[in-house]
Amino acid sequence: MKIPYPVLLKRTEDSPKWLPVVTSVGAVLLAFIISGVILAVTGADPFKVYSYLFKASFGSWGAFSDVVVKATPLLLIGLGCSLAFRMRLWNIGAEGQFFVGAFMASAVVMVPLVNLDTTPRWAIISLMAALGMLGGSLYAFIAGFLKAKLNINEIIITLMLNYIAVLWNNYWIFGKWSESGFQMTKTFPKSAWLPRLADYAKQVPAFSGMTLHLGILFGLIAAVIVYLIVYRSKWGYKITLIGDNPRAARYAGINITANTILVFMVSGALAGLAGMTEVSGVVHRLQERISTSYGFSGVIVAWLAKLNPFAVIVVSILFGALLVASREIQPSGISFLIQGITLFLVISSDVLLKYEIKWVRPAQETAQ
Amino acid sequence: MTFPEETNTVPAVEMQDIVLRFPGVLANDHVNFTLYPGEIHALLGENGAGKSTLMNVLTGLYKPQSGEIRIHGKKVSFNSPRDAIANGIGMVHQHFMLVENQTVTENILIGLDTPRFALNLKKYDQEISNLAEQFGIHIDPTAKIWQLSVGEQQRVEILKILYRGANILIMDEPTAVLAPQEADELIETLKGMAAQGKSIAFISHKLTEVKHVADKLTVLRRGRATAERVDLQDFTRESLASLMVGREVIFNLHKCEQAAGREVLRLEDVSALNNKNLPALRNVDLALHEGEILGIAGVAGNGQSELVEVITGLRPCTGRIWLEGKDIANKPPSFSINQGLAHIPEDRIGVGSAPNLSLTSNIIMKRYDQQPVSQKWQLDYVAADELAGGLKTEYDIQAPSVQTQARKLSGGNLQKLILARELSSTPRMVVAMQPTRGLDVGAIESVQQMLLNQREQGCAILLVSEDLDELLSLSDRIAVMYEGQIVGVLCSEDFDITQIGLMMTGTLPEELPEKAQAEQASIEGTPSSFDEVLDNLHNYEESSQAKQPAEIELFSESAEPTEVLPQPESSATPEDPPLNLTEKERVLRKVLGENYKQGDDE
Repeated sequence: MKIPYPVLLKRTEDSPKWLPVVTSVGAVLLAFIISGVILAVTGADPFKVYSYLFKASFGSWGAFSDVVVKATPLLLIGLGCSLAFRMRLWNIGAEGQFFVGAFMASAVVMVPLVNLDTTPRWAIISLMAALGMLGGSLYAFIAGFLKAKLNINEIIITLMLNYIAVLWNNYWIFGKWSESGFQMTKTFPKSAWLPRLADYAKQVPAFSGMTLHLGILFGLIAAVIVYLIVYRSKWGYKITLIGDNPRAARYAGINITANTILVFMVSGALAGLAGMTEVSGVVHRLQERISTSYGFSGVIVAWLAKLNPFAVIVVSILFGALLVASREIQPSGISFLIQGITLFLVISSDVLLKYEIKWVRPAQETAQ
Repeated sequence: MTFPEETNTVPAVEMQDIVLRFPGVLANDHVNFTLYPGEIHALLGENGAGKSTLMNVLTGLYKPQSGEIRIHGKKVSFNSPRDAIANGIGMVHQHFMLVENQTVTENILIGLDTPRFALNLKKYDQEISNLAEQFGIHIDPTAKIWQLSVGEQQRVEILKILYRGANILIMDEPTAVLAPQEADELIETLKGMAAQGKSIAFISHKLTEVKHVADKLTVLRRGRATAERVDLQDFTRESLASLMVGREVIFNLHKCEQAAGREVLRLEDVSALNNKNLPALRNVDLALHEGEILGIAGVAGNGQSELVEVITGLRPCTGRIWLEGKDIANKPPSFSINQGLAHIPEDRIGVGSAPNLSLTSNIIMKRYDQQPVSQKWQLDYVAADELAGGLKTEYDIQAPSVQTQARKLSGGNLQKLILARELSSTPRMVVAMQPTRGLDVGAIESVQQMLLNQREQGCAILLVSEDLDELLSLSDRIAVMYEGQIVGVLCSEDFDITQIGLMMTGTLPEELPEKAQAEQASIEGTPSSFDEVLDNLHNYEESSQAKQPAEIELFSESAEPTEVLPQPESSATPEDPPLNLTEKERVLRKVLGENYKQGDDE
């Protein structure tokens, strides 16, 4: 009947500020250990695999540049999600907003909206970025409006809108904008490309071959802006208050409807910008597979970063590294295995923040 | 110490010298508790006095460091609540543990070993309805929990325990969640169960209620018993209160005479629907002046919440609401906040605060947009912390720091936090709903004094309360609500608890019996307690049922005060005979003297 060493979970009221960092890092390390065991069981040498993974992603500046390229959309999407999640708006439609953003940015080139030969490069890129953000935010507006006005579940709406966005894109790349029957548009002219490090290889030889593009700068600026919004602004206070107790926020005179729509739109704008950086900075055309489910990974990134904008930078780079590494090792599923175990453990580690775990010996328990 | 018992039966529960120490706190310090079969034994004490802790020892949740528990004379040692249940001990907690979408029967059967697999609901429905009938509990076993009122849900919890064969019931502040009528019904049920031999421990911090329900009383203060197993009739409200808090509680607050000033709030023909889209307010007209407290009396659910929500902009309405000459009806809450309207909401945790945010964040909830907290788009958290720190000291909010999360505050301190936020903005008008409900006596006093201070500063106050004593002592005028209408408004010189009680059941002022009751009151001293009023109401209701068509006739009959007033249903409670003042004083002094000695001995 009795468990010999009962585990006692005691709710802790005050946990020190450093504890979340320790548990998160601990969870990641533990994830690598567990994955290592699995690798060892399957006959591989985990140390070799890890060192190879590490080399593949951080071994050289070139590799690291690839990692950052992968991390860029994750960073932007993760930031957008972190803002929405803070208000307990479960926007899991970043994937769809990403595609609409990519579509709108591509429209600048494909329609074309401006004369691509005479308009300066910075103007084209600015327009693409602006339209990408606009597309993402308008697409998110649909969900935000339905949630705010009619209280329709935003998870279902955003999830469904993802499929619509993908199919909408397919219509254009299979039909209207198809490049001689292939499922992609023509390559954009250079004037619609985000500047890359490789472009400056003449001046700085070390940059040759580096695919790192300007998008990461967008991401870092966005991180600073989101940080200022959340931790320094009145708006961030309102978002936090609504997130913690919407009834109290309403009682305090805060307009929840407007803020719900606004947060959705900002969240969508960041995802749309991510879509723009992918078409303009990486693939240079609109095609079917521009996203390796960045929209969903971004949700995970925001969650692992505990909604902290600066932590989102770190986590998205870690995820970018795993994505790059997955190209290098066989089977490529290994990185996804590590990703999954990490997510599982980091989320589980939350229990350590809320509870103190004690092993109670029976003797101790009955001591009078 | 032992108390002589009139019967020779073995006590159902005997707890002796219970000592329970938590880190830093002595929760129970050599406490004795004895409960006989067929008895209701009340445990009275402030929040944190150790009442619930003592009962959790009895239910096996805590293990005492020393002391003995005997159940029906047999020494026991509980390791878990399971052991307690096996010994016939069950507890009804304040917060119910029921599955909303399942029926009463299903909820009662949850967790039992039988039925094992196949569930013949009909058979169990019958069993449960028999059980309910046996104890005079009205419930439909096939109803789903979400369809039931709070009071009915509580009955399900009680049945759950009875079905498990408990004969010792512990009720943890059972009336805290109930409307007065429901509370009354519960008390009747408990008395019926006691009459059938069940033993009931009744935890409470409400003085009047305890006087009404219990046979014996134990008072705890800071883990110690200040009165053990004493008879209730020897005590007055005042003497009980002083046993609870250890000092004389001033029930007569300092309230200065002042004339009301110009009009601040006016409601014209205001109607509104409730959450179920049924009419909740019907053509309400009301005016409120500077330096005036307008009390709203009424049985819970007669439109008080909707009235408050309509004024504070949280609920749409028809009609007009003028605040300082501006129509605030159907304006967003921010509009009336800017007009100087403060709101002390009924639900402190669900509406009045953001539980996971800091004290600071909770303090600035309504002024994050004002200097010095606000700097253009920015929020100056340093200035906010300073503001919060100042108010924390001024309003005596007990918390480690301004960074402490609101959910870690006790009920009284949370209410102080809300008052600090609302009152420090020098409002023109305060809407306070149940501002002292669930607080302990000390906190009640300070909250009430704060409201009176606001009144002195010329603030207009709308006070909604179910505590008639509170309304009588604070209000300048009392408006009585019944089914969404204002039945009548009384000025302080006309306050009469019986009249108000009758109006709460929908009697119009012109239908009330003449000043008879008022005269009666002045002869015997104010009838003062809510319970007495309820007794009177019962009499009134019963007789009105009997003679429904001829209401007028009834009143002419009841105009003879001696017939209606002091006679409660003889079977229900042995009411203490009315004492004149000198007798009262004598008893009080005697009792207090004894108990102070007892307290000092330990």
